[in-house]
Amino acid sequence: MSQGADRLREALEKAAGASDKNVLVRRTGCMGPCSSGPLVRVDPEEHLYHHVKADNADAIVASLGGPPVPELQCDLNDHFDRQVRVVLENAGYIDPEKIDDYIGRDGYKALLTALTEMTPNGVIHRITESGLRGRGGGGYPTGLKWGTVAKASGELKYVVCNGDEGDPGAFMDRSVMEGDPHRVIEGMAIAAYAVGASKGFIYVRAEYPVAVSRLTTAIREARRRGLLGNGICNTPFNFDVEIRLGAGAFVCGEETALLASVEGRRGTPRTRPPYPAVSGLFGKPTLLNNVETYANIAPIVRNGGKWFANMGSERSKGTKVFALTGKIANTGLVEVPMGIKLREIIEVIGGGVPGGHTFKAVQTGGPSGGCIPAEMLDLGVSYDALMAVGSIMGSGGMIVMDDTSCMVNVAKFFVEFCMTESCGKCIPCRAGTAQMFTLLTRICDGKGTMDDLDLLISLCETIKETSLCGLGMTAPNPVLSTIKYFRNEYIEHIVHKRCPAGVCNIEAPVAVSAEVLA
Amino acid sequence: MSKLKVATVWLDGCSGCHMSFLDMDERLLKLAELIDIVYSPIVDAKVFPDEVDIALVEGAIASVDDEAKIKKVRAHSKMLIAMGDCAVAGNVPSMRNPIGPEKILDRAYIENASAQQQIPCVVVPKLLKIVRPIHEFVNVDVFLPGCPPSADTFYTALTALVTGAPLDISALTRFGA
Amino acid sequence: MSESMGVKTLIIDGQELSARAGQTILEVARENEINIPTLCHLEGLSNVGACRLCLVEIKGSNKLLPACVANIHEGMEVVTNSERLKKHRLVILELLFAERNHICAVCVSNGHCELQALAQELGLTHISLPYRNPALTVDASHERFTADHNRCILCMRCVRACAEIEGAHIWDVMGRGIDSIVITDLHDDWGSSACTRCGKCVQCCPTGALFDKSKIGSDHPKYPDFLPYLNLMREAR
Repeated sequence: MSQGADRLREALEKAAGASDKNVLVRRTGCMGPCSSGPLVRVDPEEHLYHHVKADNADAIVASLGGPPVPELQCDLNDHFDRQVRVVLENAGYIDPEKIDDYIGRDGYKALLTALTEMTPNGVIHRITESGLRGRGGGGYPTGLKWGTVAKASGELKYVVCNGDEGDPGAFMDRSVMEGDPHRVIEGMAIAAYAVGASKGFIYVRAEYPVAVSRLTTAIREARRRGLLGNGICNTPFNFDVEIRLGAGAFVCGEETALLASVEGRRGTPRTRPPYPAVSGLFGKPTLLNNVETYANIAPIVRNGGKWFANMGSERSKGTKVFALTGKIANTGLVEVPMGIKLREIIEVIGGGVPGGHTFKAVQTGGPSGGCIPAEMLDLGVSYDALMAVGSIMGSGGMIVMDDTSCMVNVAKFFVEFCMTESCGKCIPCRAGTAQMFTLLTRICDGKGTMDDLDLLISLCETIKETSLCGLGMTAPNPVLSTIKYFRNEYIEHIVHKRCPAGVCNIEAPVAVSAEVLA
Repeated sequence: MSKLKVATVWLDGCSGCHMSFLDMDERLLKLAELIDIVYSPIVDAKVFPDEVDIALVEGAIASVDDEAKIKKVRAHSKMLIAMGDCAVAGNVPSMRNPIGPEKILDRAYIENASAQQQIPCVVVPKLLKIVRPIHEFVNVDVFLPGCPPSADTFYTALTALVTGAPLDISALTRFGA
Repeated sequence: MSESMGVKTLIIDGQELSARAGQTILEVARENEINIPTLCHLEGLSNVGACRLCLVEIKGSNKLLPACVANIHEGMEVVTNSERLKKHRLVILELLFAERNHICAVCVSNGHCELQALAQELGLTHISLPYRNPALTVDASHERFTADHNRCILCMRCVRACAEIEGAHIWDVMGRGIDSIVITDLHDDWGSSACTRCGKCVQCCPTGALFDKSKIGSDHPKYPDFLPYLNLMREAR
């Protein structure tokens, strides 16, 4: 895998084989802190080594049973201690390709409980009680959605998992699918039981080959153990899952576009209603949830709705996985309780901005999220709080920017992403994102005027209010939030023709002076 | 009441708007009671006056010349009217935008020239990369679309602007009218 | 259409109206001579709600709804012409005019163009957004018709007419976002495509993007009114 982890594993296995100690080398899913990888944990002592290279294998095996290898030891206590792991509870503890590892950590226990001890309504009630909201970004109450699908009339219903994680710099769902694929399957099976579906689809982007192969393995193993297929756990419940590959279009993360893509049509969104819960895949009632939402289901069924509802803030319950990237010391995946302050995520868990630079802004919610300035770092992370400051929860991307980032350029970057990923169906998004990009390019090039800025704001408002789907509705967020919180940077570019961060390349203006009107 | 000083300017356009302006025929006499034409391709003044009340501009901005002219017109005019689709929207002159000035010049002066194949560097002003409507350079007060706006449009609009009567431009004209 | 044919009452722009359950806001508005601007909607074709011109305000909701697809419900209060909606519609029209190369003066549809007419109707006299000036092709390979992509607004009426009414489905969309274009077959020339030469797409095209080669100048009005009759006759059969 990445950073030479495969070679390291081979070296460790070789060293272990040569040693007379009783050593078991296990591959696990992502543990979180990418910037420290590859990581090796020695159990039961729980020694954690970072930046381990294949050359270190002998030293590690030699140290077993004695004191740890000092030069490899890492201090990530702050990083891990503040996290609460529900979705990532198995990360670093199981081999994702071994179903027994998952079962050994209470895997499929929730499915068994649901099938043998609970009614479908009882399951929905438990999910409702937990207060879980959709982790794909919309934040729609999961229990309510399940209830709607359960009540929808029709013999045939579908359960679909959205694994089309398309935000640049986001890899939460990827990590779950790669590191703990059975958790997703179990969540889907419980959901299918609750809403009365017998068929499920996992929509994964083809750019995630490891996720696809591990999910494929997991589905095969689950079928073999009778955890998928007909008569699951000797009950009358039938459920099977198929994988559908996406071609990596950001818009296919939008539910109606995703369903169109699963059906084999062009991935464009359609107007709602009807909602997929009533008329979704192939016109049938369809439950569509995100990977992380499904990953929360098994622990909720196991531990009860109240247990989950005790975590988090008033209207955002449980935990959320974030992908920390950008100008931050500990890049990687973190799982924190909802309501935690942004400051704690960035300064404590993330280890702050490295290299003596100062923090400038954090962007949440992927390319269509807003940039939140330093003054607002004490904001508690929840769906509503982020919305109130002009950003969104999104699927959990968190990009940190420091004083070397130009906020106009940042806005331009994200708008360009939305422009190229727009499906082109509705005018505000198709042509509007292109116009936002043109105006932002003008400003970055030092050719913008204050009129352009007004035009940009007016355009943003129309795109936000009139676009057909979430992609267009949220595409102006990076622009509006940077204009709101970093207006002075725009003014610097427009009036003084300079980029304060020194990112934009502004040429000296050429004067037109010819006196030609005879 | 002293008469308003009106100028008309011809940039990158076909002069059709000026022709249509002249099509007001006998109504020009009525207008002449309200306005003086102080500068225009159809009068003899050679220098744009220092103070003009209304400037009607035909044509898009296609060259460095046009750009300098429109800036001068704006600086010396109280009200600036974009006259016709070229001034309002670029129109036919802007059809070269997807192609670019080099290819256009090449076509006109090299490919299609039977003798003395060369791109002129004097008299013909340097072309801008993109032909743009005048409001992308200066502030425009009134837009009169049309290719060309009809004589009726000119008469109704000018009378309204001079007398201060209400003016609904969309009721008079449209793009391509 | 909804199963129940019950009568619903609602208010549009202050007028109290009655309507059949299952009707869209647009249908009810047009029956009562309330004008809501549309571009992608065409009677006789399915609705896609893509042009966003028919967005209306619903009292009690901050979300704007496309009138062409949103169904009415009892007690609904609709506003079709607020300042907010007018502003959005102008911006959308501006976006269309700036997106491709719409030169009305030299267009075969000058005087018969729905985009041009809407600009006049809604009072759009100039485009403040920068023109994009894309380099686009003209496909004149067909013996009867021409497709000029410079004038296409991607309303998808041709795609729907060909797939839903003619049943040939030679038109579709290629590319994403601002680079989207309508194509025939798998991006083959129109002339060598499986086109049945019925000309329905041309009659449905709101602008001069698809036109009949035998028409010149601005002598090219289009008559898409046959669609609902065709549908009616097919249903009756």
